[in-house]
Amino acid sequence: MALTLWASSTANALKISCASKPHLSLAFSFSRCFSTVLDGLKYANSHEWVKHEGSVATIGITDHAQDHLGEVVFVELPEPGGSVSQGKGFGAVESVKATSDINSPISGEVVEVNSKLTEAPGLINKSPYEEGWMIKVKPSSPSELESLMGSKEYTKFCEEEDASH
Amino acid sequence: MIIPQTRNIGLPMMNLMRFKGLPILQQLQIEEQLLRTSSENWCIINDGTNDPTIVMGVSGKPAELLEIESVLRDQVPVIRRFTGGGTVIVDNGTIFVTFICNKEAVPDLQPYPRPIMSWSSTLYSKVFQGIGDFNLRENDYVFGNHKFGGNAQSITKNKWIHHTSFLWDFDVRNMAYLKLPKRAPAYRSARGHLDFICRLKDYMPRSIFIDKTVEAAGTQFSLRSLKSEAIETCSKTEFCPSTRFLTNEELEAAAVAGQ
Repeated sequence: MALTLWASSTANALKISCASKPHLSLAFSFSRCFSTVLDGLKYANSHEWVKHEGSVATIGITDHAQDHLGEVVFVELPEPGGSVSQGKGFGAVESVKATSDINSPISGEVVEVNSKLTEAPGLINKSPYEEGWMIKVKPSSPSELESLMGSKEYTKFCEEEDASH
Repeated sequence: MIIPQTRNIGLPMMNLMRFKGLPILQQLQIEEQLLRTSSENWCIINDGTNDPTIVMGVSGKPAELLEIESVLRDQVPVIRRFTGGGTVIVDNGTIFVTFICNKEAVPDLQPYPRPIMSWSSTLYSKVFQGIGDFNLRENDYVFGNHKFGGNAQSITKNKWIHHTSFLWDFDVRNMAYLKLPKRAPAYRSARGHLDFICRLKDYMPRSIFIDKTVEAAGTQFSLRSLKSEAIETCSKTEFCPSTRFLTNEELEAAAVAGQ
């Protein structure tokens, strides 16, 4: 399974499309090392990131998540003025015939939504930490950030998750 | 505390519900509710649906996917479902098979679209062993390069659903309501509907397919058959599904706006 994921992520990174094959049994596994993890961000175990700057926190999904999801073709986001809760879904992305929930790493009020994602959902794949940001939130409980992972912890989390499958 | 879901044979428990001719809207709304509110694993099989109905994925745009004028003229119902994927027209020749699983239900399975799709193909490989040239090809089930099964999924924090519509048989006239999709798999090679799809009935009797699917599921799960009335008691929470019919007004507006 790890080899299949490695191969598919390589193909995705190189923008090569390939027909899916039935799963092959493996004699050994590779550890993944293609995902980018940025310092200075905090990470949820459901693979969202949050960047806290002053009174606003920006939220998106990680490089690891976009790589595993595949080409994003549609994004569903909340309206500004709505609220999000830590660990609860606030939107969804569609990729490879699947809708996948996006969960908020923190609680707060949505103050801005990335409207570019309506016409260009692929920004999530191309630039998950910058142009592919999803929502900006005014945090209601800043202490929630302390429960999230730092970059080193998240990197290890991803490696362990991929190695165990 | 982890609530054990295994019987003495060590496989995770899965509830099996079988319907015949259940309206597709009802099936999809039941599935959406189970995905969002049930903590159990489910296999739902619906052997045909009563009325021909168009079913679009969550992001489907009617003007791009449908011949709206014909759809409105003939009053063909159109549903937008909660899962991703493409557009199908289903009827009593369509067999539906759905798996709703907790993330731990399948060992070593990462809850992302491609691993789940791959897992499903290994299950159906057992069903179609020695029959046709079965394969999973760019997210479709095919014999050779002809599609007979379409897949769609939804993945939440703790669960996922993978559901399939199998073309056991179809009415060629119904294909005329669907446009050629802009987003199509490469192996389709711009073929029209009738050159692209094939009928499962040319490969396997209907009841044998359903029996073999249940048998294949039984190799991975401990199946517990539930009567359809059980669905009422299994899900006690109030839930409002997003899966719904599109109104005539919405279809007309889409036609005008070209969306």
